[in-house]
Amino acid sequence: MESVNVAETKPKPKIKKEAVEMPKQEPKVRVKNFNEVALGYTEEMALEEANRCLQCPKPQCVTGCPVEVPIPQFIKCIREKKYAEGIAIIKTKNALPAVCGRVCPQEEQCQAKCVVGKVGEPVSIGRLERFLADWEREHGFQMPEKAPPTGKKVAIIGAGPAGLTAAADLVKLGHEVTIYEALHVGGGVLMYGIPEFRLPKVIVRNEIEYIKKLGVDLRLGHLVGRTVTIPELMKSGTDAVFIGSGAGLPQFTGCPGENLGGIYSANEFLIRVNLMKAYAFPEYDTPIRIGKHVVVIGGGNVAMDCARSAMRLGADVCLVYRRSRDELPARKEEIENAEEEGLVCKFLAAPVEFYGDEKGWVKAMKCICMELGEPDKSGRRSVKPIPGSEFVMETDTVIIAIGQTPNPIIQRTTEGLVTDPRHGTIKVDENCKTSLDGVYAGGDVATGAATVISAMGMGKKAAKAIHEYLMNKK
Amino acid sequence: MYKMYEIVCKKRLAHKETLFEIYAPQIAAKSQPGQFLIVVPHERGERIPLTICGYDIKKGTVSFAFHEVGKTTKEMGLMEEGDCLLNVTGPLGNPSEIKKFGKVLCVGGSIMIAPLLLQVKAMKEAGNHVTTVLGCRSKEFLFMEDEARALSDKLYIASDDGSIGYKGLDFLKELLKIEKFDRCVALGPVVMMREVSEITRPYGIPTIVTLTPIMIDGMGMCGVCRVTVGGKMLFGCVDGPEFDGHKVDFDGLIQRQRMMLPEERLSSMLWEMHGECKCGRNKA
Ligand SMILES: Cc1cc2nc3c(=O)[nH]c(=O)nc-3n(C[C@H](O)[C@H](O)[C@H](O)COP(=O)(O)OP(=O)(O)OC[C@H]3O[C@@H](n4cnc5c(N)ncnc54)[C@H](O)[C@@H]3O)c2cc1C
Ligand SMILES: Cc1cc2nc3c(=O)[nH]c(=O)nc-3n(C[C@H](O)[C@H](O)[C@H](O)COP(=O)(O)OP(=O)(O)OC[C@H]3O[C@@H](n4cnc5c(N)ncnc54)[C@H](O)[C@@H]3O)c2cc1C
Ligand code: SF4
Ligand code: FES
Repeated sequence: MESVNVAETKPKPKIKKEAVEMPKQEPKVRVKNFNEVALGYTEEMALEEANRCLQCPKPQCVTGCPVEVPIPQFIKCIREKKYAEGIAIIKTKNALPAVCGRVCPQEEQCQAKCVVGKVGEPVSIGRLERFLADWEREHGFQMPEKAPPTGKKVAIIGAGPAGLTAAADLVKLGHEVTIYEALHVGGGVLMYGIPEFRLPKVIVRNEIEYIKKLGVDLRLGHLVGRTVTIPELMKSGTDAVFIGSGAGLPQFTGCPGENLGGIYSANEFLIRVNLMKAYAFPEYDTPIRIGKHVVVIGGGNVAMDCARSAMRLGADVCLVYRRSRDELPARKEEIENAEEEGLVCKFLAAPVEFYGDEKGWVKAMKCICMELGEPDKSGRRSVKPIPGSEFVMETDTVIIAIGQTPNPIIQRTTEGLVTDPRHGTIKVDENCKTSLDGVYAGGDVATGAATVISAMGMGKKAAKAIHEYLMNKK
Repeated sequence: MYKMYEIVCKKRLAHKETLFEIYAPQIAAKSQPGQFLIVVPHERGERIPLTICGYDIKKGTVSFAFHEVGKTTKEMGLMEEGDCLLNVTGPLGNPSEIKKFGKVLCVGGSIMIAPLLLQVKAMKEAGNHVTTVLGCRSKEFLFMEDEARALSDKLYIASDDGSIGYKGLDFLKELLKIEKFDRCVALGPVVMMREVSEITRPYGIPTIVTLTPIMIDGMGMCGVCRVTVGGKMLFGCVDGPEFDGHKVDFDGLIQRQRMMLPEERLSSMLWEMHGECKCGRNKA
């Protein structure tokens, strides 16, 4: 059979400076629905974009990827229309390409390093990754080879990206893998945090089905620390444990009036809207009450997701952030998307107090203006309030998105597990091993709130270390 | 062999009060008095918290009793033995402190009578002298009276309308004048727990109440269950559900419980209009 190799047959065209745009829903339309905003490349678009890649012999993009996906190799497969081969290449390093293609901050990772980026827009690596992953979903998953059973049992705590990745790798190596997930659905933040319009839940569900088909036993509604503890698991025949329980404990501001009705933590708001599908209430049973004037406090990706969800529920949204635009930690693409959809930002302000009406519902918020100071050790500029600059904003819903820390329930019920007293994270070495023999950890529980790909990367690393540990253990 | 989360036994306790015994061996093995479950009846359902009122490790079952107040509980009331709930998570929350205190006063109201009796039993087994008070709206809402009598050293009954036993809880004030208690456990509607806490306060009897704020995850993730106790913000699900009744801000709790009232009413109304029960979907 003859296949045309585009790269070889055509003389190399001059690099096109602009990347192929990905079609998106129009802001006016999308702000009224929860469907995915970015629609994905067509085959033609993918081929055109793949042709912008220079196939560098020493690809810089790969150095920017936390899990070192062989990027030029999979892009070459797209050019040659060998899609099945392309996705297989990605999957050697990344178990969740359909997710990462959508939510990875590529502009800070692979694409930041791409050489084409020096003369124009970098190659849209994320969009190409997504194209292949979506192609695979339409054409059916391939089942990978599994090693013969080893007779070793591994328990994974948490079905987020870290846990799912570790589970997939370990089951392929022939171990018996059980995931204990506290919620009634798997996926972690992918299910309960990141909204439908950025990451359709059917994609996450597909990934979980795939992992179940590999032979992983997924036990939902099992809160480790309550339903079962790590010492109990170890006593009843589990040979190794991986903790991937994330950073799910919400932080509050501590300002007076915070218990008023209409004040939600980002987690409560997102769990209601995404996990419990409150946007489809009363078809789904969990309600959400949203007013006309919503204030979101914070400036990260979580804050953006809350703001954009609230706009889709029909509210005007104002983001209140204590630093300035330049310091916003959210992805640039998401800030742009949110502003296109009508987000208003109030920079250099922080809440001081919340006021309620006679029914105990929030009606206003007192803020204080802030000013930027010198950069601290981490390079982030410090902020301090300007005395006497208080002002009052009217609002009927406040969403607090100022960060999450790990839930202490596992640490409290596992004697000898060393944690960082300041951040509540579990301490691990470079192989993701904790202070306890046979117990490993990775993802947000070890790093504090981070990214999907870094959680996955640690899941992979831990799986490798667990495999070695199990094979050396008598 | 039962299926996971199968309703092994359904018992009507009174008009709108029902008890389910559910197959969930992993929960049965770990349950203790004072802990609760999060129940998700079906794919589109809510996550609702319900207190454990019994467990059988051998059989692998755990029980809870519920009062049909809104959409989810009414829907569950229509489920039958052999049906399966989508998911049950637990045991959640901290177990009750059970030890020999001496003389213990246990006050239970409405549906919470069922889980109260689990504590009565445990307090008895720990060597306490237990006086139990069962409260109800009126005669036809009372249940488990015989069980309570068998488990307790002394039993009093009270009803809001006086149709059975004492009228209201005022008799407790008289009782405390003549009898000394070392500890009080109150489980029931918030207003009842507040009243009991006020009655015991002058005598300095440590009074433990079970708070029932709105919950979603029940494991510390969302913060919807935040309550104020002793001036501090705590999470009902992981710091409780039991707290010192003399330190709880009950008014704040009541206000937060009513947060979603209009939506709850809408949901319940629509459901009754359509009369459709989605639970059947979980039948295997
Ligand atoms: C709203 C939001 C938007 C985000 N957007 C992005 C984005 O665009 N791009 C990006 O790269 N990252 C994003 N992130 C961050 C990213 O989602 C996380 O870094 C990543 O999910 C961490 O993975 P994990 O596996 O460590 O933990 P999680 O995804 O948090 O999963 C942990 C799982 O463990 C379960 N669990 C917890 N405790 C227990 C226990 N005791 N027993 C059993 N199970 C337990 C939890 O229920 C959960 O399912 C976002 C985060 C949020 C909240
Ligand atoms: C720790 C705890 C233990 C509980 N134990 C029991 C029990 O053993 N038996 C029992 O009958 N009830 C118990 N409850 C209350 C029970 O959870 C609610 O009655 C139930 O959620 C009502 O759901 P619904 O859809 O039928 O009614 P809805 O119409 O939704 O609500 C009716 C009222 O119930 C309360 N409520 C609603 N949703 C929730 C929620 N997600 N979490 C908590 N309260 C809610 C609200 O105050 C509301 O006004 C407990 C609550 C808590 C927090
Ligand atoms: S750096 Fe850019 S051009 Fe070079 S291989 Fe990677 S994606 Fe292609
Ligand atoms: S119910 Fe969500 S934190 Fe308590």
